[in-house]
Amino acid sequence: MSLSIGLTINGQPRTVTLDDPRVTLLDLLRERLDLTGTKKGCDRGQCGACTVLVDGRRVNSCLALAASLDGAEVSTIEGLAEGETLHPVQAAFIEHDGFQCGYCTPGQIMSAVGLIAEGHAGADPERIQELMSGNICRCGAYQGITEAVLEAQKILAERNRRAAA
Amino acid sequence: MSLETASPSAQHRRHGSNAGQPLTRRDGVLKVTGRATYAADNHPEGMLYAVTAVSRIARGRVTSLNVAAAKAHPGVVEVLTPANRPPLAHDPDVKMPPFGFRVEVLQDDTVRYVNQPIALVIAETLEAATEGAALLNPQYDIDIARTGLESGERFGLAAVGVGAPPRTAHGDIEAGLAAATRVTEADYVTPQQFHNAMEPHAVVAEWDGDRVTLDMPNQALALSCASYAAYFGIPAENVLIRSPFLGGGFGSKAILNGPQILAILAARMLKRPVKLALTRTQMYGPVGHRGHTWQKLRIGTDNEGRLTALHHQALCATSSFDEFIEPAANASLPLYASPAILAEHEGLRLDIGTPGPMRAPGEASGSAALEVAMDEAAIACGMDPLEFRLANYAETEPGTGRPFSSKALRECYAEGAKRFGWSGRPLEPRRMRDENGFLVGWGMGTAVFHCPHFPAEARATLRADGTALVETAGADMGQGAWTALAQIAAEALGLDPDQVELHSGISSLPDGGIAGGSGHTASAGLALHNAGEDAIARLAEIATADPASPLFGAGNIGVAARSGRLHRHDDEGRSESYAEILARAGRAEVVGTAKAARDPAIAEAHAMFSHGAVFAEVKVDPDLGQVRVSRLVGAFAAGRIINPRLVRSQYFGGMIWGMSFALQEEAIADRRTGRIMNADLAEYHVPVNADVPSLDAILIPEDDPYVNPLGVKGVGEVGITGTVGAIANAVWHATGVRVRRFPIRIEDLLVDRT
Repeated sequence: MSLSIGLTINGQPRTVTLDDPRVTLLDLLRERLDLTGTKKGCDRGQCGACTVLVDGRRVNSCLALAASLDGAEVSTIEGLAEGETLHPVQAAFIEHDGFQCGYCTPGQIMSAVGLIAEGHAGADPERIQELMSGNICRCGAYQGITEAVLEAQKILAERNRRAAA
Repeated sequence: MSLETASPSAQHRRHGSNAGQPLTRRDGVLKVTGRATYAADNHPEGMLYAVTAVSRIARGRVTSLNVAAAKAHPGVVEVLTPANRPPLAHDPDVKMPPFGFRVEVLQDDTVRYVNQPIALVIAETLEAATEGAALLNPQYDIDIARTGLESGERFGLAAVGVGAPPRTAHGDIEAGLAAATRVTEADYVTPQQFHNAMEPHAVVAEWDGDRVTLDMPNQALALSCASYAAYFGIPAENVLIRSPFLGGGFGSKAILNGPQILAILAARMLKRPVKLALTRTQMYGPVGHRGHTWQKLRIGTDNEGRLTALHHQALCATSSFDEFIEPAANASLPLYASPAILAEHEGLRLDIGTPGPMRAPGEASGSAALEVAMDEAAIACGMDPLEFRLANYAETEPGTGRPFSSKALRECYAEGAKRFGWSGRPLEPRRMRDENGFLVGWGMGTAVFHCPHFPAEARATLRADGTALVETAGADMGQGAWTALAQIAAEALGLDPDQVELHSGISSLPDGGIAGGSGHTASAGLALHNAGEDAIARLAEIATADPASPLFGAGNIGVAARSGRLHRHDDEGRSESYAEILARAGRAEVVGTAKAARDPAIAEAHAMFSHGAVFAEVKVDPDLGQVRVSRLVGAFAAGRIINPRLVRSQYFGGMIWGMSFALQEEAIADRRTGRIMNADLAEYHVPVNADVPSLDAILIPEDDPYVNPLGVKGVGEVGITGTVGAIANAVWHATGVRVRRFPIRIEDLLVDRT
C-alpha cells in the first residue's frame, strides 16, 4: 500500500508518500527524508532523544505514526538556526557546555525551544530541571543544560519585549 | 561554579596560551544543529536494514525458527541463522588478544544468555526487518538458568580486568588483623549495571570487493580494524572504520560484539550495504555491562585510628563462556597506608552476557565498598571520616613504597572540605534536619583512578598559509577530545587553535590509541604534541639554513615557535613567519610525525594516579525514606588541565554516575528465567535533570613531571569513584541506617527505629 500525506517540515510544505503504514515520524525523518539530526535512543518514548515540535508541541517522534500527521507542521533541529546564525538555545548550549557526546542534544534543544515557547520555563532553575526531565543525558551534562535554558529564556524574553515595544 | 558567560557565542575564545583555556567545543555547532553524523545517520545507496532476533531464554538451545514466515513477509530479503551463516575466518569462541572477547555470531544453536542474537533478518525497510524478526517465533529447549549467587559456579581466576593479577598481597594480613585493636568487617553488594550510552550500538557496513567501510561508533579504531580483519580474513588495511562522533561509549564501544559482526557479514553475503542499530533492550546482553559483585572488607585499626590491615575480597560475576572480571578489590591497593593489604578475587559463572569495562571498571564498584567500609571503620574509632582518611594518608604507594608521580590529594581534601563546609559536621548520625523536617546527612569519599598510557601516533602538517593540519585516529565520545587535542597540538605548533585543523575519528589516520581508561588525552595528545614539535624542528632546519632568513645560522642557538612565527632564542626581535619560511623555500608544506609511548623506566619507578575528594549532602524524608542528593562537591587533582570547561563537565558526569550508582542504577534479573526485567530506560533508572543536585567541581592544580611530558592525567572516570561512598555515607549520617547493598532503596531505610 501507499498513502500520501501533507506535512510542513521546517517551514517547507511537502507531500510525503508513505510506503508502509507502520512508519513512525522518527523513521520517516531519519530513514526517508534524510533529516537525521533527530535521534533514536530508545524508540519507545522513554529517553526524549527524538523530540521534535509538532504544531508547536513537544512530541516524541518515535511514538507518532507518520500516517496520523496529515497536515501537521513539524519542526526539527535542522530548521532551528537561521543560516549560520544559531538560535539562542543552540548558542547557549555551546556556551554552557550543555552536552558532551551530543546524541541527546537535538532532543534537549527541541524540548527547550518548545517549553520556552509555551511559557513554562520562567526563571526558576528547579522548574526548568523538572520540565527538561523527559530528556535523558547519559553523559550528565544537566547542569549546563539547565544554565543554557535559563539564559536562552532570558534572551528570548528580552527579544520579545523589544519586539512588543 | 559556572564559567564566565557574558554573551552566548559559538566562537572559540582564547586568552594567552592555548592549553589551559576553557574553549568551547570545536564540534559544538555541528552537535547543536543536528549536523554531527553518528553511525546510524549514514544511508548509502541501496542500503538494507538488519534487525537481530534475540533469545528470550538464558540457557538452552533454539529448536526452531520460522524462517519461512519471516521470508514471506514483504520486503524481507534474507534471514541469517546458524543453518546458513557464512563462515568466518576467526573462530568466535577463541579470544583474540589483547582485548578480544568471545562473541556469539550464530556459530550454533546454543543460547548462553538472554538477548543473545539467534538470527539476523535483513530487509528493504526497517519496518519489514523488524516484523520479520518477530515472525521467527523461536522455540527452545530450556535449561535451568544460573542467575544468582546460589546457582552460579565459583571458579579461580587467572586475571582480573585487563590482565591484572587476581590476588595482590603486601605484608601479612592475618598478623595485621591480629595486631589491631578493632576490626571492622562487612559485606557489600553491587548490582549489574548497563552502560546505556544514548546512542545504541550501530553499524553501516559497505563492502567493495575484499574491502569494507564501517560507519560505527568505536573507541579503539586500530585495534578494531585488526580484529574485524581477522574475522573476515582480509588485511587490516582493508578495513576502514569511520567514527567521527560517538553517542557515548563508557567502555561499551571499545570491544567487538556479535550483532555488529553479523551485520557486516550480511553486507558481504548480500553484496549491498547493511545498517544495523540495536534496540535499547537488545543492548542488555551482547555489548557488555558492569558485573555484579559481592565484596567483603576487613579493616584492622590501632588505638590511634591507623590501619593495621586492609583486606578486600571480591566475588565477581561473569558469563558461562568468557572471563571478564570486574577488578573491584584492587580499588584498595593504591589509596590508604597499611602495613598489610590483601586484594583478592574469585569468579562466579552465570548465564549472562559477558561483562566488560564500564566507566571506572573495578574502581567504581571497589571504591563503593571501600569508602563505606572506611566510614564504618572511622566511626568505630570515634573519628571524623576525613580525619580518619588523613591519618591513613599514603605518602608513597602502599605496599611497594614507590613514590607517586604527583599526589595533591591532601589539597583535594582541604579545598573540598572548605567549599562544602565539612568542619561543622556532627559525628553522630540523625543530628541534622532542614527547614522541612527532612533528615540531613553529610558523607565523604576519596576518589582515585590510575593513569594508563596507550601507544599512539600522529602527523602534523604546517601548510603554506601558516595554518596546520594535525591528524590522529582518536575518538571523541563526548569527553571533548577534538577540542583538547587541538589545543595540545596548537600549543606545540605555536599557533592559535583556530589555525589548527584536526582530523580524527577515522582509522586511515595514524593510530591514536584507545579512548578508554581515561588515557586518551594524554596518549593521543602526546603523539600530537611530538608531531607538532617535529614539524617545527623541520621548519627551523629550513629557516636556519637559509641565508635569506633572519634566522639564518641560529641552528645552535635554537628558535622558539610562537604565534605562527619562529623567533631566535637569544634575540626575540629576529623572527619570521611560518608562511614566509615555506614560501621562500618553495615548499607547500612541512610534515612532522611522531610515535609516543610512556617511558617504561619512569613508569616502573612511579605510581601514577588521579585523585580526588567528594563530599555529599543528602536529605531523607523521615517518613517515606526517599533520598535526595542536595549537594555534591568534588575536588580533583589530575595533573595539568588542558581545558577546564570540558574537564569540569567530565567531573560532573562522573559524579552523576556516582550518584546513579549509589541511588538508582540496577538491572534486575528474573531468578527463574534470567531475563532482565527492567531492560529499558523507563525502568532501568538513570538520573534525569531533576535528580541532579547543585554540583561543584574544584580543579586542584597539580604539576606532574613524570606521568608524561605533557603532565596530563585522566579525568573521565575518577569522578565516579569516591562519589558512591560519599552518598552512601551521607545516607547513614542522615538516618543512622547503614546500607551495604547498592543502589540504596527506600525500603532499606524504612526500618523500625522505635
